[in-house]
Amino acid sequence: MSTLLTAEHKAWIGREEAPVHVEVSRRDIIKYAIATEQTQPKYLAGDEAPPMFIFNLFGPLRQVGDMRHDGLPRGTGSGPKLPLQRVMAGGTELILSRPIRPGDRLTGVQRIVDMYEKEGSQGPLIFTVRSLKVTDAEGLPVLEEIQTAIAR
Amino acid sequence: MQISELKVGDGLPERHHTPTNVTLFMYNAAVWNLHRIHYDETYTTQVEKHPGIVIDGPLQGDWLAQCVTNWVGADGRVLRFSYSNRRATYLGETLVSGGRITSIDPLNRQVSVELFIRNAEGTVMSPGSAVVELIR
Repeated sequence: MSTLLTAEHKAWIGREEAPVHVEVSRRDIIKYAIATEQTQPKYLAGDEAPPMFIFNLFGPLRQVGDMRHDGLPRGTGSGPKLPLQRVMAGGTELILSRPIRPGDRLTGVQRIVDMYEKEGSQGPLIFTVRSLKVTDAEGLPVLEEIQTAIAR
Repeated sequence: MQISELKVGDGLPERHHTPTNVTLFMYNAAVWNLHRIHYDETYTTQVEKHPGIVIDGPLQGDWLAQCVTNWVGADGRVLRFSYSNRRATYLGETLVSGGRITSIDPLNRQVSVELFIRNAEGTVMSPGSAVVELIR
């Protein structure tokens, strides 16, 4: 029985966000490859991005005044303001059509595909599941990311 | 690596991960994640009540993806990948990534694997899975 999520929250399910455009640089891939201690030359040279490079690639870029005390953007990204405010990444599913490469001009379209509650060991949890479909400059599919955020 | 050489149950190479303050800083800068639980110990322990700086779940997801991409190398590509961040892990821990083959589809040259991030006690903190397509 849902107690925290209202009809107003659930109305966000299926709503598509405005497209976000990202141009991928070799230098950004190299930074990511170093930070994640990749070992393959193609990643360390920035010729190709590792699969999880997509994480937060289309995330909001807010000014300092638009951040919450915890460092996250106000409004918890796309979606409604939730009654639980502590947010953590719950997991990711990737369906990969092709690797991301330097110079790619990508378009990402995100929508919330599900919102539900569970009772955790330390209290209620709200799960928000978002789908991000990424296409290239020709409109061809690059990947789909299905990401779950957990609010506690 | 050829699909005919593989069998269900084969293990993927394991790797130890001991992130530091510096590697967590680099990761969070690279992905533009500003959540204070990954760099501000006072905030993390006093406000969000974690016992220490939290290792990013998606960073562990990357280690799981690396487990697959390093294993398959130039002999194939990853078609699907997933991971689930089941339990929080903290700075100072050494975690182990690994996996094993769960099914083989010779017709489509596809191999499914299950993946894990384990802590020092052997508890799986982040499970995952992937499907790869091999060239041969």
